[in-house]
Amino acid sequence: MRRTLRGSLVALSVSALFLTACSGGSSDGASGSQDEATKPGEKVELNFWAWAPEMDKTVEVWNESHPDIHVTVNKQDGGDPAVTKLLTATKAGSGAPDLMQAEYQALPTMVAAGALADIKGDLSGEAQGHFADGVWNAVTLGTDAVYAVPQDAAPLMFFYRSDVFDKLKIKVPTTWDEYAQAARTIHKADKKKYLGTFSANDAGLFAGLTQQNGASWWGIDGDAWSVNIDSDASRKVAQYWGGLVEEGVIDNTPMYTPGWNSALNKGTQVGWVSAVWAPGVLAGNAADTKGKWKVAPMPQWTSGANVSGSWGGSSTAVTSQSKHKAAAAEFAEWLNTSADGVKALATISNVYPADQKNTAAALTEPPAFFKDQPDFYEVAAKVAGTTAPFTYGPNTNVAYSAFNDAFGKAAQSKSAAAFTQALTTMQTQTVEDLKSSGFTTK
Amino acid sequence: MTSLTNDRVSSPPEKLPDPSPGSRRARNPRAPYVFMLPAVVLFVFSIAVPIMYTAFLSLRTVKVQGLGLGPGSRTEVWAGLSNYGRTLSDGDFLSSVLRVLGYGLVVIPVMLGLALLFALLLDSVRVRARRFSRLVIFMPYAVPAVISSLLWGFLYLPAVSPFTYAADQVGVTLPQPMAPGLVLFAIANIAVWGGVGFNMIVLYTALRSIPSELYEAARIDGCNELQIAWRIKIPVILPSLIMTSVFGMITTLQVFAEPTVLRPLTNNISTSWSPLMMIYRDAFTRNDIYSASATSVVLAVATFVLSFGFLRLVQNRAFAQENR
Repeated sequence: MRRTLRGSLVALSVSALFLTACSGGSSDGASGSQDEATKPGEKVELNFWAWAPEMDKTVEVWNESHPDIHVTVNKQDGGDPAVTKLLTATKAGSGAPDLMQAEYQALPTMVAAGALADIKGDLSGEAQGHFADGVWNAVTLGTDAVYAVPQDAAPLMFFYRSDVFDKLKIKVPTTWDEYAQAARTIHKADKKKYLGTFSANDAGLFAGLTQQNGASWWGIDGDAWSVNIDSDASRKVAQYWGGLVEEGVIDNTPMYTPGWNSALNKGTQVGWVSAVWAPGVLAGNAADTKGKWKVAPMPQWTSGANVSGSWGGSSTAVTSQSKHKAAAAEFAEWLNTSADGVKALATISNVYPADQKNTAAALTEPPAFFKDQPDFYEVAAKVAGTTAPFTYGPNTNVAYSAFNDAFGKAAQSKSAAAFTQALTTMQTQTVEDLKSSGFTTK
Repeated sequence: MTSLTNDRVSSPPEKLPDPSPGSRRARNPRAPYVFMLPAVVLFVFSIAVPIMYTAFLSLRTVKVQGLGLGPGSRTEVWAGLSNYGRTLSDGDFLSSVLRVLGYGLVVIPVMLGLALLFALLLDSVRVRARRFSRLVIFMPYAVPAVISSLLWGFLYLPAVSPFTYAADQVGVTLPQPMAPGLVLFAIANIAVWGGVGFNMIVLYTALRSIPSELYEAARIDGCNELQIAWRIKIPVILPSLIMTSVFGMITTLQVFAEPTVLRPLTNNISTSWSPLMMIYRDAFTRNDIYSASATSVVLAVATFVLSFGFLRLVQNRAFAQENR
């Protein structure tokens, strides 16, 4: 015990030292700085940090057709570690790649640290037309600049066990009222079964659920940030899930635990509000239920409406340290909007491209886990066009960790009132953090 | 008896061979420093510099201008003692400190009690399969805390726990180990499971070094095994017990791996459950290395004061007999 604790301490202090040892030089990576001149015929070398599977093979398609610009993929562990590395390199003044796969919620943090370049001038005018408004908003942060090109989208959808629904003669819910009714019916028929769980570990999902109801947790208002986590729209969502947990018809234990995996596999969790990447997770965790799942658009707050939120997704950004910003932007646009690039993303890297023009042609077969639902990607495409705009803030990480603690307590107490109280706690902590750092807030 | 024991414990060997240090020093005055150099370099760069840097960072903070977007909008400035003020007035920090103190009150007595019990049992004359038992008791210590927490996490989760399954078969409902009131004990259990073996070995080694004449004398005087344990063994190994208590206190204040691994499995462990978890969260989740540094310094000072305070308190008592 002692040895391992000490080990983690050493690791902690070493990494703390490493993180900050480089903080001496202040960043001078002004966006829009001049690219290094290249002689005609000279090859441009670009470095690309990404963690999507098989990204090197996807990039190979570009390299074969673009002899002048060569992209090398540097595989990363995942979104958060890559962000930490990039922020460190930015502080140190060197060591950043030219291109970086960046999750939407991390963009404001990276922009705030001066790590990303504004590539608006380097993109063609057509790029914006390839993406849903909500997704485009995430890469502009609601400003005039463009900090990245959307790469993959993660629209929320409703996944359910069609065999269980058929047996209990439940119709697929189209509104949240129907969802609540279905949850009650399922739990009444078998006390061990739940239509879903409220997970206090997944702030990203809850943000997406409030996004569907029109919430946007942050906003830019002139020269100030506004924080609207505790808004009417979010309160309604918190109240709704708190009510279901209080009633006991929705579980209150976190997702992504061995217990949750086994509940999916054994069939005691029979539904999941999740994003388009869910088939991969289900195939890994609930292999025994293959072919029994179906997907439907999200239940709606107003009957007949057609809105969704998102959970995850990432973009391709050009860093402020890149010496070839124009070439990097050209690659980012090709990867995410051209027919070849989007096809490679979808079929080689297995992500769901954010592009709306070429994705349909690239994704014709449903995922293997949903082989009985040939229209899987048609449903996904329909939903992807309806994600509501949402702005993340410069301290998304603070809000998310406040979510873990506040909603953990609320979920445990099983009271709807505690859920709305938790929102207030999140709001207070997030605003206080912005203020104490000196951000102008409204 | 006391004089004998004290010989064992603390009196230095009586005769040191005298290498006539004066003449040596004159011949090669730099030699000792050369020998010290590697240790000093290691100490300076891996301990002293990071500590000083942490202290420096704890007095700094970042100030943002306006929206904080774009380069140049963030500057590092002096913060005085404001980071310390925030740490010491932070309700989360204070409750995490109280929580680990409560945790320590559970872990240390149970862990040392079990370690002492096992050490005495192994040391008693009649025990069989001594080597094997010693290995089995020691083995959990060789399992890294992250792995053991994962293992216990599986056993704690009702959906996958074999205990819950077995209890269900016979119609008994077990309490959930990670429920709000029990989660502290669930974490303490992992620490005890992993820590007993190490402490047992320390105490057992101390027991083995007691000369057997002592026992013979005691038996002639009519002591039974229990009395030997209580009157001779425990007093003799008291210094070892004190040392293991200090180690236990330090690891308690710095508990991190077990609750961090269990946290995603339950709603009942917050991101600031222990002081070290809070430091980790502030530094790496919230990107606020400055207030994390201040909290680290506070925790380090508290650990120092507590362990030395304890040492002073008990050492006076434990070794008081020496001065008689």
